[in-house]
Amino acid sequence: MKDNFFVSFSPHILGKKSTPKLMWRVFFSLIPAGLLGVIIFGLKALWIILLSIITAILTEGLIQGLAKRRITILDGSAALTGLLLAYNLPSTVPFWIPVIGSFFAIAIAKQAFGGLGRNIFNPALAARAFLMACWPFYMTRFSLPFSVDAKTQATVLTLIKDGKISHFSEISLNYLDLFLGFRGGCIGEVAVLALLLGAIYLLYQRIILLHIPLSFMGSLATLSWIFDKQGFFKGDILFSLFSGGLILGVFFMATDYVTSPLTKKGKIIFGLGCGVLTFVIRRFGGYPEGVSYSILIMNAFSSLIDKLIRVKRYGEKKTT
Amino acid sequence: MERKRPLKEFLKGLFRENPVFVIILGLCPALAVSTSVENALGMGVAVTFVLLFSNLIISSLRRVIPEKIRIPCFIVVIASFVTITDLLMKGFFPLVSRGLGIFVPLIVVNCIIMGRAEAYASKNPIFLSVLDGLGMGLGFTLALVVISMVREVLGAGTFLGFLLAKGFRPLTVMILPSGALLTLGLLMGGINLIKKKR
Repeated sequence: MKDNFFVSFSPHILGKKSTPKLMWRVFFSLIPAGLLGVIIFGLKALWIILLSIITAILTEGLIQGLAKRRITILDGSAALTGLLLAYNLPSTVPFWIPVIGSFFAIAIAKQAFGGLGRNIFNPALAARAFLMACWPFYMTRFSLPFSVDAKTQATVLTLIKDGKISHFSEISLNYLDLFLGFRGGCIGEVAVLALLLGAIYLLYQRIILLHIPLSFMGSLATLSWIFDKQGFFKGDILFSLFSGGLILGVFFMATDYVTSPLTKKGKIIFGLGCGVLTFVIRRFGGYPEGVSYSILIMNAFSSLIDKLIRVKRYGEKKTT
Repeated sequence: MERKRPLKEFLKGLFRENPVFVIILGLCPALAVSTSVENALGMGVAVTFVLLFSNLIISSLRRVIPEKIRIPCFIVVIASFVTITDLLMKGFFPLVSRGLGIFVPLIVVNCIIMGRAEAYASKNPIFLSVLDGLGMGLGFTLALVVISMVREVLGAGTFLGFLLAKGFRPLTVMILPSGALLTLGLLMGGINLIKKKR
């Protein structure tokens, strides 16, 4: 049975891009970042990624089978959710964390809402928020890059939040380390260069558009530059962009088709909201990093944004 | 008017018109105190007691209470029984009372009790009203116990305070408010699914 439920403004002409093609392309564009993550944090990161993907696919198949829906486990969307979730986990988590997280992402955040295209929240991020609320202890232990004995350390953002350091250079990191990913953090979020390469591929293929990333990063960078803890106009823009999970969140999760607005204007509003919220959470919130929560909050608003921005129908005259 | 069967009036509160899962009333206490089975039982018994007696009194006074000021009259009756319950619980079950805290006095404004007084007890004979109150109260207790069972077992790894399994890492979120809403949503979804299949 073909699913005839489309959510889109007119015109409804369909291109050649199909869901599986898009999903697998996003999936492959993420692989370099994962490879670097495995190199930096060791083989355990690989097992976490694989477990997460396998659980996501199995859960999708199981629930679609139980609900007697069409089984679409090979369209890449479940695999992508699993991959993104794993990228959002520290490499020190016990192996049951990715399994439970993937199950939650697919079963509750996606299939309980009706499956692909009907979920309100990004499944991978919803699962991350769930894991964070359940087991904060495991979710905030980050191992140091290239450490054999799995030494753990707080991330740079946590150290700054706690007031232990005021600039990342104090723990002997430089911009190049941040750019290549040689820092503590989640498996897939540290390798900024690899993530950017993947993002450029997706932009080149026009799978994602620049509206959300630019407005997201622009608003966050501007706010962190102006309202720095050291004083006005003293913020470190590059640091605010390359730390935490920003690049991963901006290019690969905020741009999710299902959970972001449909129009270009809507996407810009969505990105601006994400940027402002991320800044507010990083600066005033209880957590050191706010990318995932701000995207989740704006997910809830994206259908409202679509209602606000009405597209002019083709040929429609302005009524004043 | 058709004659109402007593047994049916009693049973409807438990399942077909369950106040929490079907009528969706009294969610505030249902979500707030369902962190442990013990609290849920205490709350359920307190609400059932108040519901039973407020229905009894309001039903017997239904021809005396003037239409225009019926709500204040209901509240006077309900508040009296809530005060009795509150003092009884403080005296005999101080631990449960402390665990429930503000939610015992708040039974006064519990929508289930007001709802049954307005929709049922003020229009029906005493015997049926008592059965209705008892059924609704037990239905509320049942719903609370089910929700709290899920939350306590998953969120704390215990049941009625007893540790279930060693080495289990509890899902802290289930004890938090978001866990309450998650549990309620999933349970209601499940109930709707079962209903649809019939």
